Amino acid sequence: MSAEPTPIPADLPADFLADVDRTVSHYPVSMRSASLPLLHLWQERFGYISDPAVKWIANRLGLQPINVLELVTFYPMFRRHAVGKFHIRVCRTLSCALGGGYELFEILREQIGAQGDGHGVAVSPDGRFSIEFVECLAACGTAPVMMVNDDFYEQVNSPTKASEVLAHYKGKE
Amino acid sequence: MAATEKRMILRFVDEPGYTNDIECYLRHGGYEQLRKAVGMQSADIINEVKASGLRGRGGAGFGCGLKWSFIPPTNTKPVYLICNADESEPGTFKDRQIIHRDPHQLIEGMTIACFANRAHLAYIYIRGEFPEGARILERALDEARSKNFLGKNILGTGFDCEIYVHRGAGAYICGEETGLIESLEGKRPYPRIKPPYFPAVLGLYMSPTIVNNVETLCHVKHILSMGGAEYAKLGKPNNTGTRIIGVSGDVKNTGYYEFEVGALTLGELIYDVCGGIRNGNSLKAVIPGGSSSKILKAGEVYRIKQKGPDGAMVDRDLRLEDIPMDFDTMAAVGSMAGSGGVIVMDHKRDMVDCLQNLNEFYAHESCGQCTPCREGSLWMKKITTRLVHGEGRAGDVATLKSVADNIAGRTVCAFGEACSWPTQSFLAKFKDEFEAKAKAGVAI
Repeated sequence: MSAEPTPIPADLPADFLADVDRTVSHYPVSMRSASLPLLHLWQERFGYISDPAVKWIANRLGLQPINVLELVTFYPMFRRHAVGKFHIRVCRTLSCALGGGYELFEILREQIGAQGDGHGVAVSPDGRFSIEFVECLAACGTAPVMMVNDDFYEQVNSPTKASEVLAHYKGKE
Repeated sequence: MAATEKRMILRFVDEPGYTNDIECYLRHGGYEQLRKAVGMQSADIINEVKASGLRGRGGAGFGCGLKWSFIPPTNTKPVYLICNADESEPGTFKDRQIIHRDPHQLIEGMTIACFANRAHLAYIYIRGEFPEGARILERALDEARSKNFLGKNILGTGFDCEIYVHRGAGAYICGEETGLIESLEGKRPYPRIKPPYFPAVLGLYMSPTIVNNVETLCHVKHILSMGGAEYAKLGKPNNTGTRIIGVSGDVKNTGYYEFEVGALTLGELIYDVCGGIRNGNSLKAVIPGGSSSKILKAGEVYRIKQKGPDGAMVDRDLRLEDIPMDFDTMAAVGSMAGSGGVIVMDHKRDMVDCLQNLNEFYAHESCGQCTPCREGSLWMKKITTRLVHGEGRAGDVATLKSVADNIAGRTVCAFGEACSWPTQSFLAKFKDEFEAKAKAGVAI
């Protein structure tokens, strides 16, 4: 598994554990069903899925670590490494491409100063921003669309609009 | 002038002041149909849905009532219901509108469907990239519980039903219903081998499971309100009701619209509803039902068989602009109404570029379970990539076609067809563009 140093989840916050318990209770037939939800909870709280995270979730659900790791390596949204504090996702697929999605990606990538060709995640030099292409975000009528963390932006069809979106995060801690 | 919109599912979403909380929904007659449903026999509800002729709005267009009737009558296991909210088919953006702006309409439809199918536990499988949608649904479910539209002993009838939100994590294949079920069981979403063809026979946790699209479940509420027979008068025979059409690409007014099924033609949609092609360009091609549906070319004539006035079948020639947007005609012209996502391309678009974009999507999204699809989707992407980059080879067009032809029909799930159809149809309609790029490249 990854060589990256990972936090040891010895004393997880009480509210996180409460979230985990509540989530598991939604699956009365099989705890294994809670794998994806727990991975989401973990990633939202700690940024990425570390080796200890895989083991902890497996242990909580009575599974083998491989049952959890094989999900992390399959589902595109789960990450094995940290990304920027503000993670940008730009839609790559046809309707957005017809509306300028590739141009939007290049503008944003340049503005955050990240290197990359659109494959995989590119991170800004200060590590605050990261960017990746994702497949269709299901808002094709307002192309091109993008997300910053959970925030969603439509019709970002000019360099000015792209800068405005970024400006909102640049001043944020 | 084209048919005017008939908004049933989207009736309130754009109304000023309409909000997605339960109080607003109740002020607009919300949960009245659930009250009615829980006083009915479940078999009567299923019969109303059958009589309505409702066909699934997710892509395959399968009869909803028929799907429901596949639960074995002798079944003694628990029945589950899953709402497929994994809206991921490129060009499709209808379920997002319902989830964000009228979530209680979906919850009411789901609860009625649960009652009809005797399901007490249901999940909304929502794609991971809809975090806001998931939060809106969670809140709406809490509101519904607090009013006893969900939970134990719903409205004092003794019926128990619980619905939970389950988030996906970025995999298109989870829209395939058996892949979705595997995912909901906490596994990789590898679609299951058929038969059994329907999860209604064997689904979640080895039990009968109904999987319906968001829009389909919303229709259930309206069928109950109108009665199945009355609902069936909307649209055309075998293509009943209304449906949401999402238009994207090179038209002036992109967006979502709701019409009676088949009430307007592609030409009326593009020119009258969407204001025509943008930037003064002209129409080149249309993908009529999500990226997997076969592309239609402007200027071509499509011959279909149709019942004449005397009942005999006669040939009818249609231009692209004259094709009515219903399930059966779209199939007759060699494509499909699919998910209602219409992508329009103007005459300046390079068809090799457009196919390359889609091939990259399918190569990324193949789950990798079946060799023809896992390898073939990647090969198709590689070939179109080199064509786009001026590195085409003399035999590329034939190879591309051969790869596509060898995927469709040789895979566990319909993704095999979904990834082949774009390549097959783009090559059939725009072969000259592909040949030109292949020749322009290196001859080996």
